[in-house]
Amino acid sequence: MTAVLSPLPGAATSAHAPALPVSFRGLRRTFGTGSAARTVLRDVTFDVAPGEVLAILGPSGCGKSTLLRATAGLDHPSAGSVVIEDTPVHGIDPRCAFAFQEPRLLPWHTLQANVAIGLPAGCSAREGKAKVARLLELVGLEHFAKHRPREVSGGMAQRASLARALARNPGVLLLDEPFGALDALTRIKMQDLLLEIHRAEPTTVLLVTHDVDEALQLADRIIVLGPDAAGEGASIARTVEVPGSRPRGRASAELALMRASLLETLGVDGH
Amino acid sequence: MGYPGEPKITGSSVADGRAAAAPATTADAAQAGAVPAPAPATGWSPAGVRTRNWARLPLGLIIPAALLAAWQAASASGLFTVVQLPPPAMVLAAAGELVDRGELGIHIAISTQRVLIGFLVGAALGLVLGAGVGLSKLADALLAPTIGALRAVPSLAWVPLLILWMKIGEDSKVTLIIIGAFFPVFTTVSLALRHVDRNLVEAARAFGLKGVRLLTTVQLPAVVPAVFSGLRLALAQAWLFLVAAELIASSMGLGFLLIDSQNNGRTDRLLLAIVMLAVIGKITDALLGLAEKWAVKRWA
Repeated sequence: MTAVLSPLPGAATSAHAPALPVSFRGLRRTFGTGSAARTVLRDVTFDVAPGEVLAILGPSGCGKSTLLRATAGLDHPSAGSVVIEDTPVHGIDPRCAFAFQEPRLLPWHTLQANVAIGLPAGCSAREGKAKVARLLELVGLEHFAKHRPREVSGGMAQRASLARALARNPGVLLLDEPFGALDALTRIKMQDLLLEIHRAEPTTVLLVTHDVDEALQLADRIIVLGPDAAGEGASIARTVEVPGSRPRGRASAELALMRASLLETLGVDGH
Repeated sequence: MGYPGEPKITGSSVADGRAAAAPATTADAAQAGAVPAPAPATGWSPAGVRTRNWARLPLGLIIPAALLAAWQAASASGLFTVVQLPPPAMVLAAAGELVDRGELGIHIAISTQRVLIGFLVGAALGLVLGAGVGLSKLADALLAPTIGALRAVPSLAWVPLLILWMKIGEDSKVTLIIIGAFFPVFTTVSLALRHVDRNLVEAARAFGLKGVRLLTTVQLPAVVPAVFSGLRLALAQAWLFLVAAELIASSMGLGFLLIDSQNNGRTDRLLLAIVMLAVIGKITDALLGLAEKWAVKRWA
């Protein structure tokens, strides 16, 4: 456990929560009932190691976000379960923190106050303040602490959203296409920032993305969700270990081959 | 995004709710961070605001001044008798006379007091019950039909019952004003709370906020603009119901001055009462408008 963000190693709330293992066991999610019922996910079973960065790839509508929401306890699976460490997720789970595709900051609060919303329950005011300041610095927003969300750019708001998630000391960090709405340059910067954050706080990360390059850059392992031949609902179509350690060169030939192959799995011509 | 079976959530529901309530603050709350703010939201130059405010006051006085001139001309033209339309100077003299006798101040004070008490109590009830119905499906199912039916009763229909129950005193008048102030606040608050951006609420829930903390951190701030438009409607209703109550049974107040002047053929005092209602009503609304401006800036 690194102590980059913990100048007070003795204080319980400033120590990082340990990175936690997650396992998905026979997860199934059906929306609607009767003839309108539509199964989105079926038989999803896999394990995530503590501290691993796992990317979940898949075409639009395949249930990537549903998987993430089930992990956070924002959604209830129709069958199967998500187990974090040894306890199944039941209701909003305090061990997880979520960063959404949109920043979803409260417009009437400053960035600082928005980040503070992520602080775990029982965090003292003094500790909380110091922690928020550290996180704002980590995401490079220390000079914008008193700004309102609408006064900063989309990339900055998204960084504040990341800081809010980190404030929770998450054992599992859930990222739902967090950079999907950003322009290409900002996205690359944010990916680098995420790697930096993971080095500073090596928590377990589940990253939903539709961007193959992003998955190859960031993840230790990639899971591709897709409809299987057996019937309706997406399941795990493929699992890929990404070679090499981060940061990976964006121009690597090995990754380029892998990229083409992943795109093929997703049904896109990769040349 | 738009995965099947999920309710399609767009980021604009708060903006929609607010657009109805306060057109000036349509900045999209959910997407405010995703795009740089449009210039007009924050980009007013202070100098520009100042000139605009300075220009507003004289512009707003043009029509009242023209009306006053037309009134003077019409009463001087001989087309109307003095009883039908006394000249402005006579109304002013009537005001002076009532002020000298200490009566005008009493009429204004008692009317303002009735309005303020009725407005405050009615608005508070509307806020509490509106929040309950807007947030809880149970409270909605339980209360909404009854409150809807009560709202359908024309306000003046309450008067005989109120007088029978509470006699002709302050209680019956203030109660009628409470009824008038309650419904606009109740309706706007309960509707606005139902349309708070679900994305924001979900994000807050994901960070462990629930119950009262969720209400005070996310839901109430999100409906501040709607609450204020409800309050302003309620204040206007409070003045309306005040005059209704005072016209029917009272011995003091601006409504009493109206009916008393009519009975005595004192058109000058009657016009004075109308002008006073316009001026005081406008002042109370402007004060509330200032509070609204501050609150919207703070919370929106």
